[in-house]
Amino acid sequence: MKRLGPRIEEKAARIGLLAMTLITVSVLLFIILFILRRGLPVLNLEFLTANPTDMGKSGGIFSTVVGTVALTLLAIVIAAPLGVGTAIYLTEYTWGGPVTRIIRFGAECLAGIPSIIFGLFGFILFVTKLKFGWSILSGGLTLAFMLLPTIIRTSEEAIKSVPPAYRNVSFSLGSTKWQTVTRVVLPSALPGIITGVVLSIGRSIGETAATIFTAGSALRMPTSLFSSTRTMSVHFYILAREGISMPNAYGTAAILIIAILAINLLTYYLMNRFIKKYS
Amino acid sequence: MDGTAKKRVGNKLERNDRLVRLALLVIAFSAVSVLVVITVFIVGQGTPIMFRYGLKSFLAGTSWYPSEKLFGLWPMIVGSLFVTAGALVIGVPFGLSCAIVLTEFASKRVRGIIKPIIELLAGIPSVVYGFMGVIILVPFIRKTFGGPGLSVLAASIILGIMILPTIISISVDSLQAVPPSYREGSIALGATRWQTVKMVLFPAARSGIIASIILGMGRAVGETMATIMIAGNAAEVPHSLLAPVRTLTSNVALEMSYATGEHREALFATGVVLFVIIMVLNTIANATSAKRRKQP
Amino acid sequence: MTNDTAIEVRGFSQYFGEVRKLKALDLDVKRNEILGIIGPARSGKSTFLCALNRLNDLVRGSHHEGTIRIDGCDIYDPGVDVVALRRQLGMVFATPVPLPRSIFENVAFGARREGIRGRTRLDGIVRDSLEKGGLWEEVKDRLETSGLKLSGGQQQRLCLARILAVAPEYILLDEPTSGLDPISTMKIEESLRRLKKEYTIVLVTNNTKQAARVADRTAFFLNGELVEIGMTAKIFTAPDDTRTDDYLRGRFG
Ligand SMILES: Nc1ncnc2c1ncn2[C@@H]1O[C@H](COP(=O)(O)OP(=O)(O)OP(=O)(O)O)[C@@H](O)[C@H]1O
Ligand SMILES: [Mg+2]
Repeated sequence: MKRLGPRIEEKAARIGLLAMTLITVSVLLFIILFILRRGLPVLNLEFLTANPTDMGKSGGIFSTVVGTVALTLLAIVIAAPLGVGTAIYLTEYTWGGPVTRIIRFGAECLAGIPSIIFGLFGFILFVTKLKFGWSILSGGLTLAFMLLPTIIRTSEEAIKSVPPAYRNVSFSLGSTKWQTVTRVVLPSALPGIITGVVLSIGRSIGETAATIFTAGSALRMPTSLFSSTRTMSVHFYILAREGISMPNAYGTAAILIIAILAINLLTYYLMNRFIKKYS
Repeated sequence: MDGTAKKRVGNKLERNDRLVRLALLVIAFSAVSVLVVITVFIVGQGTPIMFRYGLKSFLAGTSWYPSEKLFGLWPMIVGSLFVTAGALVIGVPFGLSCAIVLTEFASKRVRGIIKPIIELLAGIPSVVYGFMGVIILVPFIRKTFGGPGLSVLAASIILGIMILPTIISISVDSLQAVPPSYREGSIALGATRWQTVKMVLFPAARSGIIASIILGMGRAVGETMATIMIAGNAAEVPHSLLAPVRTLTSNVALEMSYATGEHREALFATGVVLFVIIMVLNTIANATSAKRRKQP
Repeated sequence: MTNDTAIEVRGFSQYFGEVRKLKALDLDVKRNEILGIIGPARSGKSTFLCALNRLNDLVRGSHHEGTIRIDGCDIYDPGVDVVALRRQLGMVFATPVPLPRSIFENVAFGARREGIRGRTRLDGIVRDSLEKGGLWEEVKDRLETSGLKLSGGQQQRLCLARILAVAPEYILLDEPTSGLDPISTMKIEESLRRLKKEYTIVLVTNNTKQAARVADRTAFFLNGELVEIGMTAKIFTAPDDTRTDDYLRGRFG
């Protein structure tokens, strides 16, 4: 009996843990399959390329696709240089100390701030104080701030994993620090950095709370940085919540899921390439 | 070597490098500046009204009727608390199980399947989670347990799922950081896998696991869209698991689009409360994981 | 200083933090010689090489005492351009470190950095350097393959060629053959004997036989001190210091 005790416990624990994991995995698969099964039949080229009409009850989702892409692009264009620059500074140009600690603390805190706070902030600063109104500009800036910590962290990890020997080679060949960073460190860290950027794109596509109060929810095709626009996530939210059109809601959700799947696959591919390169 | 030519080139390169360094330092302060600016704006917009009406009536007041200038946040504070606690009850056991299976029990192939799936969980937009709650969970709760369905319970379950990626990824990191010698030593002493997990790995990874739970808590407190869709949003202190509830985040998101004047200020004050809670959680999580890093 | 002295080290000590890892070294490197440096592990051989091209500057908390003159110029003088100095002293590390790019791009690294674009010029530089490094014949048909795909010995000669492309006057080698098979080792030693005509070479090696084979003079380091330096034949047959004798007979290290 004494020898049986731990063995039974081991078995029970194994079964229990595995069951919990299986439940988690199946919940996820269920969500994805559920959305795809109802959404895929709605999808066709017209759904993607036609503008929504009648509040989204009919027509497609083209203007929201454009809005999402515009917002995401603007956010990345702002956040990527800032984030990568910060990561370069933290990894290559400093040896720790209070300044570094403050920068790290700031990034970590920023990462924990909920998106609705970003939304509130973007609304008061960009929409009202700076008078950008509900616009791609306000939404893009707000999103950029939100993505910044993710890009900093992933870039930092990518840069840190570049072997120190590469830097020594570059220095010993008579390169300056900046030449070493741009010619040796960044090219080697690029797949990792891009992985972080791609993940951020995924996050910004799925974001709702921060964009609805800064970019607004206009269904019109945006024409400039100052146009209000509605992202796909916001569109889905409005369609579903106000019961405007369930088929169109499912269709939009399916597109969102497909985009996220594609992004995850892409990051996997990039990460694998990155790991292969250094092992 | 030609000394003079050498010096001229050198000075130019050095000056460039110093400029680059300065530029990067400025860039590196972007995250901190954003944090400061956000704090200043949210606090600046939200605190005056809190003091005008009194901190106590604001935080402990139980009625939220903006049209009658009643701004009691207590129901929302309790609401956030309940929903977050519920999310942890669901999310922690499942999250830790997954983390243990991933690090200790799964073969390499199984891990290769499970890990990407769990990472997908993090990528699904919160509106989709909320929607699933509305379509599947809420009707189920209504039929099985009665009540409106939109409830603390529904929100807890959905948020519990949503915080899984946070809990899993950070726990996995800290379990993997336990030196292999601990594991081998325990197995060599004749302990089973599970005993090793229970008696050796968990205690060794404790601070990281706690940090993962606290960060998961932060996510649950901060989640907005999913909560709005499934929690019912009644601004009352919930009396049961099946009662509808409004969280701090929902309070902001629901009324922001039309609020003006003091009402809007009160929403910013809601944001301040939320902000303070998040900062406290962040600081605790930071402190626990810093402690972990110090332990060799 | 006589005309054939290329590097002059006087009372040079290297500190990492508070610890002195090189202790008041005095030695000269003559022009167009191969100076071999031998000594047990952790005796400061690599640290000495990194003092010559100031790579030790990159270590936080490092500082030095004494002087090193290269071609009569004090290399630790505040006005010295470290970048130009390092271009004068090419360094090969113990483990070959090809950058993760093609053979061609590895060798062209320095030239591209200097803004050289023209394909014919680059081709010429790459070819010359690979020939000097003794690798051209083996790789001339696959310059576009990754440098990581080469064998260890080829990688090390690639690193040598990469240095030669920057046109240095000195070559510092830190145990360049420590991980290589005898044939690769022989090929590198051949290259060094050839290169000696044009360059001044400092060769750190933990293989005393290698020093005996290729070095004109040999220095023996122990615990950061220079125990003795002299003609290779003399060091190996009739050293002045008993510690040298003990080391060469394998009594320690
Ligand atoms: N960057 C550094 N920081 C601190 N100490 C260092 C550093 N580099 C070397 N040392 C120390 O200096 C001493 C000499 O090291 P060095 O690498 O020069 O020895 P070596 O003779 O090259 O040995 P090996 O044969 O192992 O390469 C060692 O005790 C080492 O720990
Ligand atoms: Mg060494």
